[in-house]
Amino acid sequence: MRFLLDAEQRAFAASLDALLTAAGTPAVIRDWSRGDHAGGRALWSRVADAGVFALAVPEAYEGLGPRPVELAVAFVELGRHAVPGPLVETVTAAALLAGADPGTAERLLPALASGEAMATVAPEGAHALDGDAAAVRIAWAPGRIRLSPGHGPVRPSLDPARRLTPLLPGGDVLGLPTDEALTWARLTTAAQALGVGLALLDRTVGYVKQRTQFGVPVGSFQAVKHRLADAKIALEFARPLVFGAALTMEPADAAAAKAAACEAAYTTARTALHLHGAIGYTAEYGLSLWLTKARALRTAWGAPEECRALVVSATGDRRW
Amino acid sequence: MDLAFSPADEAFRAEAREWLHAHVPRAPLPSLETEEGFAAHRSWEAELAADRWSVVNWPARYGGRDAGLLRWLLFEEEYWAADAPGRVGQNGIQLLAPTLLDHGTEEQQARILPPMASGEVVWAQAWSEPEAGSDLASLRARAVRTNGGWLLTGQKTWSSRAAFADHAFGLFRSDPDAARPHQGLTYLMFGLRAPGVTVRPIARLDGKPAFAELFLDEVFVPDEDVIGEPGRGWRIAMSTAGNERGLMLRSPGRFLASARRLEELWRRRGRPAAARDRVADALIGARAYRLFTYAAASRLLDGESVGPESSLNKVFWSELDIALHETALDLLGPEGEMADTEWAERYVFALAGPLYAGTNEIQRDIIAERLLGLPKGRR
Repeated sequence: MRFLLDAEQRAFAASLDALLTAAGTPAVIRDWSRGDHAGGRALWSRVADAGVFALAVPEAYEGLGPRPVELAVAFVELGRHAVPGPLVETVTAAALLAGADPGTAERLLPALASGEAMATVAPEGAHALDGDAAAVRIAWAPGRIRLSPGHGPVRPSLDPARRLTPLLPGGDVLGLPTDEALTWARLTTAAQALGVGLALLDRTVGYVKQRTQFGVPVGSFQAVKHRLADAKIALEFARPLVFGAALTMEPADAAAAKAAACEAAYTTARTALHLHGAIGYTAEYGLSLWLTKARALRTAWGAPEECRALVVSATGDRRW
Repeated sequence: MDLAFSPADEAFRAEAREWLHAHVPRAPLPSLETEEGFAAHRSWEAELAADRWSVVNWPARYGGRDAGLLRWLLFEEEYWAADAPGRVGQNGIQLLAPTLLDHGTEEQQARILPPMASGEVVWAQAWSEPEAGSDLASLRARAVRTNGGWLLTGQKTWSSRAAFADHAFGLFRSDPDAARPHQGLTYLMFGLRAPGVTVRPIARLDGKPAFAELFLDEVFVPDEDVIGEPGRGWRIAMSTAGNERGLMLRSPGRFLASARRLEELWRRRGRPAAARDRVADALIGARAYRLFTYAAASRLLDGESVGPESSLNKVFWSELDIALHETALDLLGPEGEMADTEWAERYVFALAGPLYAGTNEIQRDIIAERLLGLPKGRR
């Protein structure tokens, strides 16, 4: 029992952080929001070169995985930098395709591992994230997954960096969905949300130390401190749930991590907005890139109530 | 990174589980905040100690098993899962003993720890004073030098377990002229039945005397009952508040067991939809606290310290505890009002969580200032 990231995992996080810090991510996000995918694709390929998507793909299909702990490490960093694109969906597609027939897996997975192609997935009839950017679009119905031939018109999300598209009917049936795919979706969404929350907390702590009112930094007021302390508590207790779920890959564990991390990120977003005042309410100020994502991730791949329902319906010898 | 325990650790867990299964009283003991219950819980401590289960992480020579931090966590999980009685000895075991093991003399350890482990001597804490709660450094009760020891005079209050306990420990102002309030404090132990001590039990909300006021009038304490150097009491008290105590004040096992009991109650009541999310949150919170603690324990075993992160624990478990028990009482409906149930007893106990061991507001200040680096300001 050593429930801590090892040196290699921490180094992986640090190298991704450095890569994303150097990449000018905010400009990439704003371009992506306008449907200009060039910068996003370039960033995607650098993230893929760092090995992120390969972690979700089995070695048999030119991947390095599946390695959920490392993937969670990566998604915390992707969330911290608000990287746009169908990140969770590409991982989820990889999990679905790994369970599809070997021919399909062989045809589609290597391109996901290398970053050459993005994938998106949505339950049949729902909107898929970034269907206009993805090369692989999977519609997920009970009993089958289908490769959609295309996407309909883009609808905006509350998070401008998330572009929502219906998937066109028809296309090849690829096989049966696997239950694990939903666990992958929830795990990576939870890790991404944790990263979003951590970034919001960091930026807000920085802001309240500099912003003065009544002649002192607003961060010296107890009311301000306590809201930030609560955000810190929520995030620090979501973190072990995320990594615990990565270790077990149990559906209820991933659901618990998703509920807690998304709640923590969302509460932190509300706190961040409030403590920034009106500047935080503007689209031009950088905080908006994380604020809106915290809201969107909360309901992606299972709203809080759905995840909680799974937690209480889990059976078996749970030592929770 | 892993969550797997070694076969030896699992064997330890299994041994604890088996022992508890054979020994935990079938019917709950009376409340330990009553005279009758206190005596029953003291006997339970003796039963635990007879097979060296009362202080598993202590050195074997004082009645422990040298079990280490991880096995202590496993033992606690089994203990609470077995629905074993609350620990009447915990103030001594969790607060005083680590201090003695770090700062006490060998003579003090040998004299004080074995009867503490067996429940023969039950300890109460005597930190708070009428004018000093979370601002502990403002305490006034004084220790005055006398031949061969000290004379204690003053008032302590909110002293948990003191209504029925044997001895107490706390900080006293031994140098009123010290430059700063944290200086000139001495860490002392005294007998609750010593001449000059008056114990006035205080009833908590439900009428049970869970704590007491202590009036001290020139109570003699010999030099051998001073812990560490006179005048250095603050540092000694705070050093033990550091690492392990951050974990040990409330082990995750307690909340895991309570959350599971809550889940059972919810199922028995027909799984009412209105309470589902609160039940799930109790389970999620208990799991989060457990995993957080494993991470903290892993850091300690790596030789790192935990420090101000223990403030995260304190706020988290105390709020979890209240939410969990409120949910249980709500599920019980009108029955939840009955005061003589285990749920009610635990609810009342939980209500105190945010108040003691440094209020949650003080903990939030610590989190904000020491973990987030925010500037100090007026409270």
